[in-house]
Amino acid sequence: MSSTYLGMPGRPVFGDGNLHATEAFPTAARRELGNAQLRANLGHATHTIRDKRLRVVAELPDWEELRDAGSAIKESVMARLPELLEEFEANFTARGGKIHWARDAAEANKTVRDLIRDAGADEVVKVKSMATQEIGLNEYLEEQGIAAFETDLAELIVQLDHDKPSHILVPAIHKNRTQIRDIFLREMPDVDPGLTNNPARLAEAARVHLRRKFLSAKVAVSGANFAIAKSGTLAVVESEGNGRMCLTLPETLITVMGVEKLLPSWQDLEVFMQLLPRSSTGERMNPYTSLWTGVTEGDGPQNVHLVLLDNGRSAALADEMGRSALHCIRCSACMNVCPVYERTGGHAYGSTYPGPIGAILSPLLTGITSEENASLPYASSLCGACYDACPVKINIPEILVHLRAEDVDSRRGTRKTPGQMDVAMKAASWAMGAGRRMALAEKALPLGKLAAGPDRKIKKLPGIAAGWTQSRDIPAPPAQSFRDWWGKERGKSAPGENAPTITRQKEKE
Amino acid sequence: MKIALFATCIVDAMYPSTARATVSILERLGHTVVFPAGQACCGQMHMNSGYFPEAVPVVRNHVEAFEAEDYDVAVAPSGSCVASVKHQHAMLARTIGDADLETRANAVGARTYELSALLTDVLGVTDAAAELGSWYPHRVTYHPSCHGMRLLRLGDRQADLLRTVEGLELEPLPQADQCCGFGGTFSMKNADVSSAMLADKNANIAATGAGLCTGGDASCLLHIGGGLSRQGSPISTLHFAEILASTRDNPAPAPDRIGSAAGISGKAGR
Ligand code: SF4
Repeated sequence: MSSTYLGMPGRPVFGDGNLHATEAFPTAARRELGNAQLRANLGHATHTIRDKRLRVVAELPDWEELRDAGSAIKESVMARLPELLEEFEANFTARGGKIHWARDAAEANKTVRDLIRDAGADEVVKVKSMATQEIGLNEYLEEQGIAAFETDLAELIVQLDHDKPSHILVPAIHKNRTQIRDIFLREMPDVDPGLTNNPARLAEAARVHLRRKFLSAKVAVSGANFAIAKSGTLAVVESEGNGRMCLTLPETLITVMGVEKLLPSWQDLEVFMQLLPRSSTGERMNPYTSLWTGVTEGDGPQNVHLVLLDNGRSAALADEMGRSALHCIRCSACMNVCPVYERTGGHAYGSTYPGPIGAILSPLLTGITSEENASLPYASSLCGACYDACPVKINIPEILVHLRAEDVDSRRGTRKTPGQMDVAMKAASWAMGAGRRMALAEKALPLGKLAAGPDRKIKKLPGIAAGWTQSRDIPAPPAQSFRDWWGKERGKSAPGENAPTITRQKEKE
Repeated sequence: MKIALFATCIVDAMYPSTARATVSILERLGHTVVFPAGQACCGQMHMNSGYFPEAVPVVRNHVEAFEAEDYDVAVAPSGSCVASVKHQHAMLARTIGDADLETRANAVGARTYELSALLTDVLGVTDAAAELGSWYPHRVTYHPSCHGMRLLRLGDRQADLLRTVEGLELEPLPQADQCCGFGGTFSMKNADVSSAMLADKNANIAATGAGLCTGGDASCLLHIGGGLSRQGSPISTLHFAEILASTRDNPAPAPDRIGSAAGISGKAGR
């Protein structure tokens, strides 16, 4: 893969922005696990969406074929991304849109700021966008004296609470209704002091609050779910219609989109319009789908910009095993079924992208450079639920294992003394590399009895195994391994001599 | 049929009675069991922890051990080890660019079966009581482990066999498809999350009212049983092979035994 294939020479290999954890996953997870309210909210919410998704997915007899189609389309897009990007650029530009290439978060942020300043604005409305969260746009604009107002209800809640989203689809999944009412009462000027935690009342309060913003904003910032190369069209799917207000009311519309969102043609969109809503919200169809192609005189935004973001995507693309992580359509199905996410929530992952996809995407985009991000691929029991749920069939467990290997390899030889795990794995590799060495190792196992109490249980182990005995016992190993027993009882007889010792029940009858 | 037994490292070292139960079941059906002596481990632990170079000799050893013996099919009483043999071995060979090993690993993988899959799909067993004399008069609940369920797509094979054991009452496990939190080294590296997953699993097991939890992976049962034992729960764990091997004449340990030490009794299944 040449480093200039996107026409952007000298790009950095890896991305930056809100993709880095600031502490290792086990530490962050331990803290989040201590929050009982969070666990209750998360457990309830993920199980509700999970069940809904299963119901609507079961309605489609061709769901597996749709997944295959989605996966195949994405694979072909990744294989010819450069030419599709060029095709898209030509069509988008021909229709009056302007393209800006951004190699990383800093470049993208600066481009958006300049465009806002050029429009003479100091505030913008925003439709929920993962890409702008990834680059930390809101924080950057604030530093630059530009106020960005989130218009997606959940995103608004998180913003008003000065919190971070913890789920890509339901950013406020970790908050309940009462907590939301308290945030509104505290942060919204002119809010009805008698506001209750009734969902309709909460939505109404948000609507009143947002209407003023929509009517005054000159500039809107959005993300995009898909881009169609053939016509230069962008697409946003959403549930509330607030996004559509952003996309149609202001004079200037700035979209920030990762380069991987491209689709060749409208026909391909059909597949994803079935896969996405069912996988994400458990709906047959999402309430609002907005598509726009360039500028139409006298109708909608007259200045249409697109910032095409790399930020580590070309690095991920260069990773043959990890590449398919870029197929992700951000539906969040994987996090809703993940037993680890369900208990820790999104903040433990430290990146814009939490859950199983975050555990592979963040280190792929940034490289396994920091100890914190290198801990992410281990945040999984490899139960495989994410792979089963993923509408584009990203084999997340396989990529997790691939990244673990990359992490282990990156540390090889860099340490003066190898870690406990390194030593244990080497020793086990030696023992397990031959039956006779394994037999030898097993002979030592009954010594484990020494560590066991009178109840034949081991309750405390040292070192890396200490975590196990924090909540689990281990039975004392038996005196004789199976191999040993077989050798003594059966070893001497040739195969085939072991006539059945018990007559088959059927024959007895 | 000549069947090669892959005992798996955990079963071989910690739960020999599960391997003996497996032998007993197959011999009762009139088959010959051989034990390739060179076998040691599938290497799953190394691969899943990212130690690919260390996994290579382990995988190579498994392939060589099972090539050396002459047999029709191989069997292991473990969904995750069979999944490793079937899927991971060839992948590792590909990663290190060893096309010869890849071909050989695929050949061994293709004729390796998880126990319930062998019994159901190859040997056509549909009624454990009638065909194996299985007798286990206890209330039991069943945990389908992730690798058997998702990587091997075993479906209801294990549970269906259990249902046909004479005297056995199978209590449905709430949220059965949820991971128990073992995940190999995950239970050490992310011990807190793993413990939280285990706590929920064990609460669901307790809610069934069964005195014993069974399943098809010794490692998950070691984890679940270890947690139950630490809680002082009277519920124990036992591999489903030992339940199938249990007969009126030679019953497997009863579920009223305290603790997790599944299969400590050397008598099971013989
Ligand atoms: S990885 Fe798959 S399941 Fe997860 S968010 Fe992306 S598309 Fe959805």
